Amino acid sequence: MKILVGYKRVVDYNVRIQVKPDGSGVVTDGVKLSANPFDDIALEEALRLHESGVADEVVIAGIGPANLGAHLRNGLGMGADRAIHVVSEEAVQPLTAARVFLKLIEKEQPGLVILGKQAIDDDSGQTGQMLAALWDRPQATFASKLEIADGKAKVTREVDAGLEVIEVDLPAVVTTDLRLNEPRFIKLTGIMKAKSKPLETMELASLGVESGDHLKNTHYAPPPKRSKGVMVKDAAELVAALKQKGLL
Amino acid sequence: MSKILVIAEHQCGQLNASTARTVSAARAVQPEAVEVLVLSDAPDAVAADAAKLEGVSRVLTVARAENAHPLAAILAPQIAKAAAGYSHVFLPSTTFGKDVAPRAAALLGVAQVSELMGVESAHTFTRPMYAGNAIVTVEADPAQTVVATVRTASWPAAGQAAGSAPVEALALEATLPTHTRFVELRQARSDRPDLQSARKVVSGGRGVGSKENFDIIYKLADKLGAAVGASRAAVDAGYCPNEMQVGQTGKIIAPELYMAIGISGAIQHLTGIKDAGTIVAINKDAEAPIFEVADLGLVGDLFKIIPELEQALG
Ligand SMILES: Cc1cc2nc3c(=O)[nH]c(=O)nc-3n(C[C@H](O)[C@H](O)[C@H](O)COP(=O)(O)OP(=O)(O)OC[C@H]3O[C@@H](n4cnc5c(N)ncnc54)[C@H](O)[C@@H]3O)c2cc1C
Repeated sequence: MKILVGYKRVVDYNVRIQVKPDGSGVVTDGVKLSANPFDDIALEEALRLHESGVADEVVIAGIGPANLGAHLRNGLGMGADRAIHVVSEEAVQPLTAARVFLKLIEKEQPGLVILGKQAIDDDSGQTGQMLAALWDRPQATFASKLEIADGKAKVTREVDAGLEVIEVDLPAVVTTDLRLNEPRFIKLTGIMKAKSKPLETMELASLGVESGDHLKNTHYAPPPKRSKGVMVKDAAELVAALKQKGLL
Repeated sequence: MSKILVIAEHQCGQLNASTARTVSAARAVQPEAVEVLVLSDAPDAVAADAAKLEGVSRVLTVARAENAHPLAAILAPQIAKAAAGYSHVFLPSTTFGKDVAPRAAALLGVAQVSELMGVESAHTFTRPMYAGNAIVTVEADPAQTVVATVRTASWPAAGQAAGSAPVEALALEATLPTHTRFVELRQARSDRPDLQSARKVVSGGRGVGSKENFDIIYKLADKLGAAVGASRAAVDAGYCPNEMQVGQTGKIIAPELYMAIGISGAIQHLTGIKDAGTIVAINKDAEAPIFEVADLGLVGDLFKIIPELEQALG
């Protein structure tokens, strides 16, 4: 079975995001970029399925500008067998991303697609579900455990009420939650090997995908600041302050 | 004019509190009508509750055995069908809505707005990005159905109406897939208030140190009548179950009182509590970032402070 993994590059989760003064976006110049943490988890899961013999090939795919290659090489360094770079200078919205992935699915015929449950830049959390709908296949979102046997996946999902277990027929789309696994670090030998692994590039325009970028982000603002509070010296003072606020 | 369809979230025959908040967001669009759709195997009780929400003009029900559990692959085709004639389809931004809404939007061939927090006009909204560090104004295409998930922490619950809106069964022609099957829901039964709607929340972090130690968080919460939350680190370490996680990838909450105990205040955690009324931080590290957002801060060892607090509470 082949596994297709979405591997997006985003602003690193440790970066303190600054909104541009003119409200046109956030500052990305000179800011550290990394793999979306949920996508590293997706790749890790695919690699484990490869190592345990469930999968025989792991293909990562990313949509992004010309310089995305280095990021995809990291994914190859982590252990993916092959990478696909869909070149687009503009960031795409989830519906477009889902349509692009559907094209890749038609070409690659994977038995399983693993994406992150959300990308920590736009925090949309939509692509996996949209892809599953367009592909007319099952989705198992927010996965914290994935077991594959007999052409089916049993997936434990982190939902508000607790843990939900569902069973889906393959092929299917799974989106990862944080507790699915802990991604490995990239080893030097991995980086060396990655250099010779195949990285295919294709222009987004060449895929014949209708754009689903229907939303216009017209203005960015920093969130309202909470005013700095006061320090209390002990429990008794804290209780008094809470009583004064009418909270106790 | 707008006409909005709100998809009800429910569990065990009860309407989830997130639905009333979603109705509030729908009313902010100033539509001609807000209607609620209940997809269930036995929708009557849920529909009756939804019909009592202020601002709801009609409740539609689809009773099908397949709707016994909220599986996106089953619900989305029905929602896409039911969406005809509506300008907007709103779902709560809970794990239910986040799972279903994008699937329904894709079936309709439209974009989806995630975590709608403000309404500027029928097609202009605000929503958070970058873990809430940027608030973006989003314009949706007026030629398309707007499918959105509503950030429940940003909206009050719609009140109770004097009367009840009419409830009608909706006939839908939708072929439903069999490729997705519910197995089980594992939930820790608790008599404590629900984390997402509680007025008071006490949360513990890695500083609490162990599952056993977490008992002092539960005890304090019980004394205050509060729900219990946790940081990701506390959940990852197994101190408490996943549904207690507060933050960017956990629950986004807006209690009147939030107490963060042994939590450093990472950006991903703070995203979940930005709308809290009063934030209290108890941490032994005076430099912890949680103190930058806390209304009331207390530096010290939680194992010493909590017993003192309980005593002071009487
Ligand atoms: C993609 C992504 C998503 C994430 N989503 C979330 C999320 O949804 N929610 C979330 O919470 N985190 C999330 N995180 C993790 C987040 O970055 C932090 O790692 C996490 O919040 C830290 O939890 P903590 O504050 O409990 O632990 P720590 O940062 O380790 O802090 C523990 C605190 O306890 C204090 N302490 C220790 N002992 C005592 C004592 N005896 N008395 C008093 N204080 C004490 C310490 O001073 C310290 O400040 C996410 C991270 C990533 C990368």
